[in-house]
Formats: sequence, C-alpha cells, structure tokens
Amino acid sequence: MTAPWPARSGTGLSWPHLLPLHQGHSGRQAGWRKLQALKLCLLPKPRAAEMEARGGACGGSAPAPEAPSDSARPFGVASDEEPSGGPGSQESCGPPRADEEVQGALPGPEEGAPTHLGVHELSGQTSLDKKYNRGTKDSGKPGKMSGTGDTSQRGDLPTPGPRDDEDVTAEGWRSRRKHVFVLSEAGKPIYSRYGNEEALSATMGVMMALVSFIQSGDNAIRSIYSDDRTLVFLQQGPLVLVAVSRTPQSAAQLRCELLGVHAQIVSVLTRAGVARVFERQRSYDLRRLLAGSERILDSLLDGAEREPGFLLGAVRCLPLPAPFRDSLGALLQRATAPSLAFSILAAGRHLVTAAQERAVLEDCRLDPADLHLLLNLVGASSAFRAGEVWAPVCLPRFNPDGFFYAYVSYLGDNTDYAICLVLLSTDREAFHALAGCKRIVEEGLQALGASRVLAGGGVGLPSYGVSAVGAPDLRHFLYKPFDVPDNYRQLPQFTSPEMEGPYASECERQRLFDLYYHLHGRLHSPSRPLRLIYHVAEKETLLAWVTPKFELYACFNPLVTKSGAIHAVTKLLRWVKREEDRLFIRYPPKYSTAPVRHGPNRTDSALENGL
Amino acid sequence: MALVEGNTQPESASQQPYVFKVVLLGSSSVGKSSLAFRLIKNDFKDILPTLGCAFFTQMMELDGSALKLEIWDTAGQEKYHSVCHLYFRGANAAILVYDIADKDSFHRAQNWWKELENEFQPEEIVVILVGNKTDLEDSREVTLEEGKAFAESKKLLFVETSAKLNYQVTEAFIAVARELLRREEQNGGQSRQRSPPVDLKETARARKVKCCQD
Repeated sequence: MTAPWPARSGTGLSWPHLLPLHQGHSGRQAGWRKLQALKLCLLPKPRAAEMEARGGACGGSAPAPEAPSDSARPFGVASDEEPSGGPGSQESCGPPRADEEVQGALPGPEEGAPTHLGVHELSGQTSLDKKYNRGTKDSGKPGKMSGTGDTSQRGDLPTPGPRDDEDVTAEGWRSRRKHVFVLSEAGKPIYSRYGNEEALSATMGVMMALVSFIQSGDNAIRSIYSDDRTLVFLQQGPLVLVAVSRTPQSAAQLRCELLGVHAQIVSVLTRAGVARVFERQRSYDLRRLLAGSERILDSLLDGAEREPGFLLGAVRCLPLPAPFRDSLGALLQRATAPSLAFSILAAGRHLVTAAQERAVLEDCRLDPADLHLLLNLVGASSAFRAGEVWAPVCLPRFNPDGFFYAYVSYLGDNTDYAICLVLLSTDREAFHALAGCKRIVEEGLQALGASRVLAGGGVGLPSYGVSAVGAPDLRHFLYKPFDVPDNYRQLPQFTSPEMEGPYASECERQRLFDLYYHLHGRLHSPSRPLRLIYHVAEKETLLAWVTPKFELYACFNPLVTKSGAIHAVTKLLRWVKREEDRLFIRYPPKYSTAPVRHGPNRTDSALENGL
Repeated sequence: MALVEGNTQPESASQQPYVFKVVLLGSSSVGKSSLAFRLIKNDFKDILPTLGCAFFTQMMELDGSALKLEIWDTAGQEKYHSVCHLYFRGANAAILVYDIADKDSFHRAQNWWKELENEFQPEEIVVILVGNKTDLEDSREVTLEEGKAFAESKKLLFVETSAKLNYQVTEAFIAVARELLRREEQNGGQSRQRSPPVDLKETARARKVKCCQD
C-alpha cells in the first residue's frame, strides 16, 4: 500500500497513513494538499518524508472497522486491531511460531519502515539503541524531563495554576515526550496534558479538521507516523482523543492509553452523561462538567508512565503474608451492608485485597482497568486524607452508563500507613451504612495489628527488592501470572520489585520502561506477535516471554550470557512459585448481601442510580 | 472521624452532645475544603477539588454545652450537585462560601442562598456567608461592604476568613455553633440525640425527586 498521492517535492513532509483504506484515493489530491498544509501545524518538526508502510503489513486486518466493542478491551492490552493479540489467545489461534525468535530473524515487512523502531534483534544494538540514546540525550533538554519533573512535583504538591501556564508556542512544550488532547466533535478543546486548552484551540481545530475530512470519505483516521512522532486518533462517541508521542510506544499501546483517558472521563460523567450533554448542545464546553478533573487525567497519564499495571492490564498487589491477607479478606466479608457491591483495600496504587458481592461476581468481575481508574480517581482526589468521601463513580468496563456510589476513607493514623478503604454501593443513600462498615474494618485492623504489618517497608509499604530472588544477573522484572486459581473471575495481577540500582533515577527508570513498552509492543504486535524475545540493548539485556501460564519481562545486566539469563529466569520462576501466596491474591473473598431494594446488578446500577 | 472523637470525648458524660448537621456550599475552588481542613487539622495545603462530598465530624464545647458538628463538605463542581443535594436536606446550618477575589463566586453564593430559601424555612436553618481568601486582598473583587450588605439584607451571619492564614476560621464555625445553640434553647433541645443519621422521611422524598443533572 503505497501512497497514491505524490509528495510535494522538497517539502520533506511525512504523510498520514490511514486505516482502513478501502476507498479509492484518486480525486482526493486537492484535499491532500490541504491536509499537507495542515500537517505543518500539527507536526512541530517535519522531518524527511517517510511513508509509514506499516498498515500494509497488517493488511489482513486493515479494514477492521473501529468496532464499538473496541472500547471494551482492557486498555493495558495492546491488542487493538490484531486478530490474535491477546496473550491468552496466542497458543490457540496464533500462527505457528518457533518458541524462540532467533536473533537476527528477518524483520517483518512492518518493520521495514525506518520510521518505526526498525529493530531486529541482531542489529538491535545499533538501531534500537540509537533511538534510545537519542531519548536519553533528549532528556537533558529542558523539554523532556521537565515533563516528568513537573509531574512528580505535581503529585506532591498539586498547586492549581502552573499546569495551564505553559507556553504552548515554546520549544519546551513542543518537545514534550507525549501530548494528549481531548476535544469535542465540534472541535472545542476539552483537555490538554500540557498547556492551556484554550490556547490550543487552533491546533485542536486542525485536528478536528483532519478527523472530519477523513470522515467525509466514510473513513476514519487512526494514526500518522512521522520520523520521530506517532500521532494516534481515537473517536469515542462525541469525543475525539489525540496522542502525539515521541515515546517508543506502538500506536496500539497509545490507543489503549487514549481509551484509558476516555474511560477516566466516563468514570466521572458516565458515557450516557457525556452523550446527553452533547445531544442537547453540540458545542457544549465539556470543561464545565469536567472542571477539576484535569488533574485526575494528568495523574492517570503520569501513572501510565510509571506503573507497569497500565501496560500489562493488571493490578499490582501489595506483597503480604497470605494468612494476614486472608484475615483482611475475612474482615471485608464481615463488613457488608445491603447494596454493597465491591469492597477494596488499597495502599496507594497497590491492591491489598478486594472482595466482591457474589451476585455481582456472577455478572462481571472487577476489571483491572476499572480498578486503575478508581484508584487513580481516589488517589488524585484525596490529598486531603481526613474525613469520609462519598461520590458517584462510574466503572466504565462494568457499566459505562451507570454510577456506583463510592465511599472512600483512609484508615488508621495516616502517618503510619496510608491504607484506603473503598466501598462501592449501588444505593446513593447508603453513606451511613457504609460508614458503619468502615468502623468494623477499622476496629478489625486494629485487632489484627495491621499497622505493624503494613508499616514494614520504607514508605510504609512492604515491598521487595530484586535481590530477594537471588539471581545476581537479574536487575528488574515484571511478572504477570495467568495460572491463578479461579482464573476467569480473578483480577489480573502482576508483581515487580522496586526500581533499584541503575534504575533509581527518574530518567533511567523511564528508559527501562520504554524498553518494556517496546518489548510488549513486539510481543503483542498486531501483525506478527512473538512469544519470546531476547533483546540485547546497550545498557542491559532483556527477555520478554509469554506463555499460557505467565507473561514475563526480565531485565539483566548487559554482560549476561544467554544461558545465564535462562538460568536466572528459571530461578525467578521458581521464586515466584514459592512466593505466590504472598505476592498475589490467590483466593479473592466473596460475600453475599441480601438483595434489599436495589439488587446489585448491571442493569439496575445503570439508570436507576444515574444522577 | 476516629481522630476527632479521640481528642475530644464528650466530657460531660451526663449530657449527650447536641448534634448538628452543617453543609459547606459554594462554587468550586473558593476554599470550602480548606476551611474544613483548617478547622479540623488546623493546617493548610493546596488540595485537589473535592470528589463528591466529604464528611467530617468535629466536637466542640461552647458555653458549657458539648456539640458535635457533622460537616458535609460538598464539591463545588456542577456535576456533583445532585449528590450533594441529598445531604443538604435536614441540615441545621449552611456555610455559604465565596472567594473575595472572584466576583462570580459571590454571585454563585447568592444563588446558593436562593436554593436554600426554596428548601428551608428561615427559622429551620442557620446560614452564614463566608468571604474566604482575605490573603488575596490585592486582587479583591468583592468588598467587605458588599458581602456585609448582602448578608444583612437576608439576615445571614457574615464573616471574612482566610483558611490559608488561619484568620477567623474557627470564629466562623463558632458563630454558627453559637447561633445553633441559641435557637436550640428556644426550641427546647430537639437535636439532643446520639446520632441522627439519615432522616427516613427525607429519604422517601428523595426517591421521588429525580435529579437529572450529571
């Protein structure tokens, strides 16, 4: 699929690539010229003209329309358009593959394009690392790292104001690693990760022009690749989301992130709520309703950069001795009230334990994406940790059109340990009943001596270092098991050690994450998924491996031999097996609440509770 | 909550505390949560917008009577109004907060007053108008006189505060408490009960009223 339209000579522009391309393009050239002009504004630094040939490679699935069910995928899983992307489905319907992809295997056609990280493992040293080197070099520039610097600062001290003060015409703004924009179909700016949306209305207008121009041909723009940036477009109902990224994330991964942003908006307003306001008034300024939620979106996007849970579509559990976790679970089972659907104990973004109402469980298990959104919402809104919060919250995966009522309270003296109780009810009058549940949990925690157990680690969280595994070559890993008991009802979980040693600094951590993102993108590539990647990078060696039992990303020191790495992985797997009761929630507690008034079920929680 | 009960046990065990429900109302980012935070923790920090509403209790002793204030700190954001309305019913006192450096928030506070007027009889509820953020004197948009004039015309209590500088915050709550006590003594102590959570009659009424906002 090459571009049927000619590049204007000498402009050095890159071309948008559109999926699906089932329309003829002749006679569109005038339009494309217009687009070309528009793109000048969009892509801050036009580089050499490169036509992304990637879409051609996934030609098999190319005309796959952006099905509405799209939104129902967990956003950590980058399996947006691929037919066999999901790790679970791989061994059954994936094409037959060698278990290990030999180093230096011929690059797939999709990797021919130099725009995308044209990596093949053999030459990975050169091509990939050049790319990453540039990344690290860039990090010296004010633009890039100020992004992360900013955010951590924002995390500690969420001051209103500075977020919007950034000059959107400045180089610093342009060189941000990743931009995310949300706009309405009418082209009204709703959210920008950096800078004031208002100041960006012209840019957003251009984005909308692109989207609607393609739409006018019964088509949908999905992504644009330039030399160093990937632009991903996603339309969800009346909202258009755009990511402009310099990270090595694949378009599918970016799309998942955009789905996450959309889901977070939905978690505050519900999908029906969003649709309703735009039905009433197409040019509605959604910021009025979202006021104050920008920072929730900021913290979601920050989280996606520092929490592998978003990438893996799984939740990180706080490592705890199994008997202690069980007694916490029993405590949650005891502290129930009618209409209670979910009880969650969390420490920051780590799950301590979660219990679910049986009837609700029959219907649907708690989705990790929903839990991420919920914990993000709670975390971002409770800088003020006193008092008890009562708020309507929508879990988009569970039911995008209905509200739960969330009772949120921090337990104990929060200087010791910040453990947070979240109770989700279908009854909006249940505040006092749930406050009663909280008292039971609080007393129970005291009786269990929870503060002693939970305050074990440094920041009040018991965590572990990679040295616990006892494999000296191993520096870091992400492990997501699939072989949990009661799997189909389980919340997907993962575990990983603290970032230590070489990855203690923000910029190195970022670099490692970029590598993980890259490997994840390759494992779950739409056109040619892999099972095993052994990747020698400049400063470390990585191994990514997906089997029916687990998904693993391991990072070794750069001098490890292949057999050394395999040895370390064996050791790691053995260690995980031994520790799994501590690392994961093996048997999530359930309870039954008498179905009083509102039987908590999917339909009920929808409009009945809608505000 | 545990914390509050921990440090001020109702001393006079013979006497159960008066329980009053107080709601904080006003447009977003005028400092409602900061006022509550100042009262409860005597601290100030930049905080994110409130999600839904937050509930606190604060024990107080005033003129020899023990009071328990159940404070509902509501989100100023439009989308949460319907949820907050639930807790606005049955309130004994309302604190209408505006930002002295934001004229618009003053108008909103007036609108909140109108809503209260529709829901309550004047003798049912104690209302105080609070102009917050006196630390922003330089960018003041609402004069002390304007605030005072509105409060007087509607027979509201009035005070200007700064949660940041801890200026008159406790005084504002005490003024409310004192007025509540005064009215209580006139009526003969109906609020003196252990815990009056949700009024069930009100709950039944809430069902019928359909709040269709988002």
